[in-house]
Amino acid sequence: MASIFDIIGPVMVGPSSSHTAGAAKLANIARRICGEKIRKVDFYLHGSFAETCRGHGTNQALLGGILGMNAADERIRDSFEYARDFGVEYDFHFADLGDVHPNTVKIVMTCTDGSVCEMIGASIGGGEVRISSINNTHIEFSGQYPTIITVHQDKPGIVAQVSTVFAKHKVNIAFLKVFRQWRGSEASMVLETDEEVSQTMLDEISLIPEIIKIVFIDI
Amino acid sequence: MYQFSRARELLEICEKQNLELPDVVILSEEEEWGRSRDMIWDEMECKLRVMENSVRKGLEPDFKSTGGLIGGNAAKLNSYLSYDSLGGKVINQAVAYALAITEYNAAMGKIVAAPTAGSSGILPGVVIALKDEKQYSHEQIINALFVAGGIGKVIASNATLSGAAGGCQAECGAASAMAAASAAYLGGASPRRCVQAAAMALKGLLGLVCDPVAGLVEVPCSKRNATSTANAIICADMALAGISSFIPFDEVVDAMFRIGNMMSDDLKETARGGCAMTPTALEFAKTFRGSMMKS
Repeated sequence: MASIFDIIGPVMVGPSSSHTAGAAKLANIARRICGEKIRKVDFYLHGSFAETCRGHGTNQALLGGILGMNAADERIRDSFEYARDFGVEYDFHFADLGDVHPNTVKIVMTCTDGSVCEMIGASIGGGEVRISSINNTHIEFSGQYPTIITVHQDKPGIVAQVSTVFAKHKVNIAFLKVFRQWRGSEASMVLETDEEVSQTMLDEISLIPEIIKIVFIDI
Repeated sequence: MYQFSRARELLEICEKQNLELPDVVILSEEEEWGRSRDMIWDEMECKLRVMENSVRKGLEPDFKSTGGLIGGNAAKLNSYLSYDSLGGKVINQAVAYALAITEYNAAMGKIVAAPTAGSSGILPGVVIALKDEKQYSHEQIINALFVAGGIGKVIASNATLSGAAGGCQAECGAASAMAAASAAYLGGASPRRCVQAAAMALKGLLGLVCDPVAGLVEVPCSKRNATSTANAIICADMALAGISSFIPFDEVVDAMFRIGNMMSDDLKETARGGCAMTPTALEFAKTFRGSMMKS
């Protein structure tokens, strides 16, 4: 059931919940997934995102999100200047990303250590988003709930070990999905929770030997 | 239990437990999300502060929207309106505030989506004008916003609040219904009368399409906020006069949803129909895209 503040809200920088607020949210999630200091970011805008991007401030919102500004942050208007101050290079490209939602963007982040991280997501209306790919691996989540994403070795028992940590801290898992490219490859788990996730919990999950990386998203 | 998805259920809870509309809306929020009444009240106060700030900023005479199609209209109406203006002071003040918010929104200002950014002028326009012109208390205004939230929740639960899914009737229509119920509440209407105001307001805007010029949230969005604001106040007055909607609110919501499903995609935010396909709009869109690609 919707909260009354989904109806009267969110507070956001205009003009469009899908083209501005959703764009900021997508880039904020991308920034968390990347987790490293970003030196350069390339945005590949598809469909309606490409067509009306400037008139909706989609480009400022995307860049602002990469710099850590949320959808209600009025600095979004001046995010180009902030990017220069922070020393973050940026470029916008028009792209055909295939048979995807009209408001889809691919965000490619190059970090100061030379590593590259990629995310694809769509702004699906009302400021809500769906992430569909991280580093070319198909994945699905919305960022509506506190979300933990793991990269781990695809072996038996990992899901059970992770869920034991959740049970111990009495945090309920609302949704759990597992993704991999092929058997025995690196796999990913997306856990969306009903309650807040503590740093202790994240540390305990990181200590599981088969876990290569974890990302926590709470926006 | 205070949960409702239909207006009929909302009214039953009010009448059985002898509660006002905002009480039931707050109690249902407490129950569903496990938050205290104080937290919920404070959050709505924050929303009102953002609304008031966006009115004030939007009334300043000289700023331009990102698309460049609107700006300055709120200031014009605000300096024109008086007790002598044709529509009277309250309606024109509410419309000026609604224009202010939509112009500020189009200039990347901070607003409250109520229920969406594209329809964000209507509810604040109505309640803030009533606060200024009729001296309702701060507490009454917050309660009026909860009434609007309850009406919006019924529409969200049974239809849609998205222009891309249901056309402008789902955005400005819904906002106008929410604002009508708020205004009727402030005018002293019973819960049942408030819902009547909402029914008449939504019914009056059924079939409204979403046809934004060049895909921007500017034309005709800003002035549709203006007319939907006046619509809300007129419907609240009709409800207070004892006029009822022949079609109950819940059925009007169902009709809105079905109309949205029958509506061509060309008329649902895609800028492929209506105002967006007029020669003037197409000419603008061509030069606008050209200038955007270059800059």
